[in-house]
Amino acid sequence: MSRWTLELVIDPIACDGRGVCAEMLPERIELDRWGFPIVDGAEIVPAIVDHAVRAVRSCPRQAIHLVERRC
Amino acid sequence: MSVTVRNEVKEAPTGGRRLLLGLSGGPTDPGLQTHLDRWGESRLRGVRLIDELDGAGLVGHGGAWFPVATKWRSVASASRRRPVVVANGAESEPASRKDALLLSHAPHLVLDGLVLAADALGAHQAIVYVPAANIPVVEAAIGERRARRLDPIAIEIAEAPDAFLAGQESAVVNALSGRRDAVPSFVALTPIRERGVVGRPTLVQNVETLAHVALIARFGATWFRQVGTPENPGTMLLTVNAHGGPEIVEAVLGSSLRLATGISTEELAHASGILLGGYGGGWVSPNVFGDLVVSEKAARRAGATLGAGVVALLPRDVCPLAEMADVVRYMQGQGAGQCGPCDHGLAELADTLERVAYGGSGGPGTDRILEICNLVDGRGACRHPDGVARFVRSGLGVFADEAASHQRRGHCSQTRAVRMLPAAKIVRRRLVSRA
Repeated sequence: MSRWTLELVIDPIACDGRGVCAEMLPERIELDRWGFPIVDGAEIVPAIVDHAVRAVRSCPRQAIHLVERRC
Repeated sequence: MSVTVRNEVKEAPTGGRRLLLGLSGGPTDPGLQTHLDRWGESRLRGVRLIDELDGAGLVGHGGAWFPVATKWRSVASASRRRPVVVANGAESEPASRKDALLLSHAPHLVLDGLVLAADALGAHQAIVYVPAANIPVVEAAIGERRARRLDPIAIEIAEAPDAFLAGQESAVVNALSGRRDAVPSFVALTPIRERGVVGRPTLVQNVETLAHVALIARFGATWFRQVGTPENPGTMLLTVNAHGGPEIVEAVLGSSLRLATGISTEELAHASGILLGGYGGGWVSPNVFGDLVVSEKAARRAGATLGAGVVALLPRDVCPLAEMADVVRYMQGQGAGQCGPCDHGLAELADTLERVAYGGSGGPGTDRILEICNLVDGRGACRHPDGVARFVRSGLGVFADEAASHQRRGHCSQTRAVRMLPAAKIVRRRLVSRA
């Protein structure tokens, strides 16, 4: 039986390091020393899906995506 | 499609010399008649050919080592739109020459492979993507085939720009779609196989891989597996930078890498490290190199990659830190400048390595360099930063003593002012002309 999980993916070309995502989802996203997001690869569990969706919607560059992955 | 060929079924070569059969150091004849006399015509096509490629265990020779049959099947099933097939001969790695040699020696093997791919996938367009220098030989070969009405599809040529990333799969697609420069795009969410050239499903396959396809279509999977090992079947082309200028050899997979590259134990004793896979590859020590077999898995275990088959030996009297700093500066300049972490990170990495190599004692330590490697690794749209991180990490391992010596004394015992790797020469020239 395969299972689906949610994961955050950043499009590094679209991203210009505004950092809004890290404010919206600090539990999973930190900024590197140049201001670009580093996403913790862990699964987006149901408890934080709302926060993840908010981070995705708030990106002014639409550079962050919430994707389903089969695992 | 019909061509009169005497002896339709040719005998298959028995040794490890396949793609380079007929190459003797003298002038080579890339003509169609020589090709047909040597190889005859393809027997297998379509779905049967794909199954045969699967049975042969053929993988891509552009550097990614991806199974060819899997790739073809995913393009074939991607959508109902007819795909585009591309023979990628960009060979943008400065230390690699094998694709250029293959195109000048056996262009018809490459074109056979491309036409077989187009046929098997029902493609509506077949394009050969090569640097300007290789266009004449490809043009002549296409002309010969057209005159004899050999192919059911018209083969087009496109020029690959002279840039390190020009051969990267999504950069090829962007160049051929005509909307953007030959720079990568972010394809993690929509793969090239589904949406490539002008939005069509696209197969981008290295020219050497297509030449292997042409031979498997003639002689089959069992023949392909006659050399090599069950896990590493067949042969691969290597560009060996060890005895002066680059030499191309056809190596049997699974055999001794040292013997395949013709590097003697004495030459190895005078080397401080060996670079595998080019500037996005990795360094191994002479001892490790001596025990390696021609296998991507083995190279990966040793912290490197065979990539597109580059082997470069660094002599003991050349400063490895200067060499590394120059290559990283070159790679930074060759970045597309699209992704923040790669853009900032490679610049910082090049600055730091230059301080270590040229800046006197008390410069940055290796921990500082490794920290930047970790910050760039895996954070670009393409694998450019990952390759540079591997190049630097493996180099700091193999040349740990020299790095420590630079930190302590500002230099190592290797003081020859000559740069060995081709990219390094390019960078030095620029630095000199800027000064």
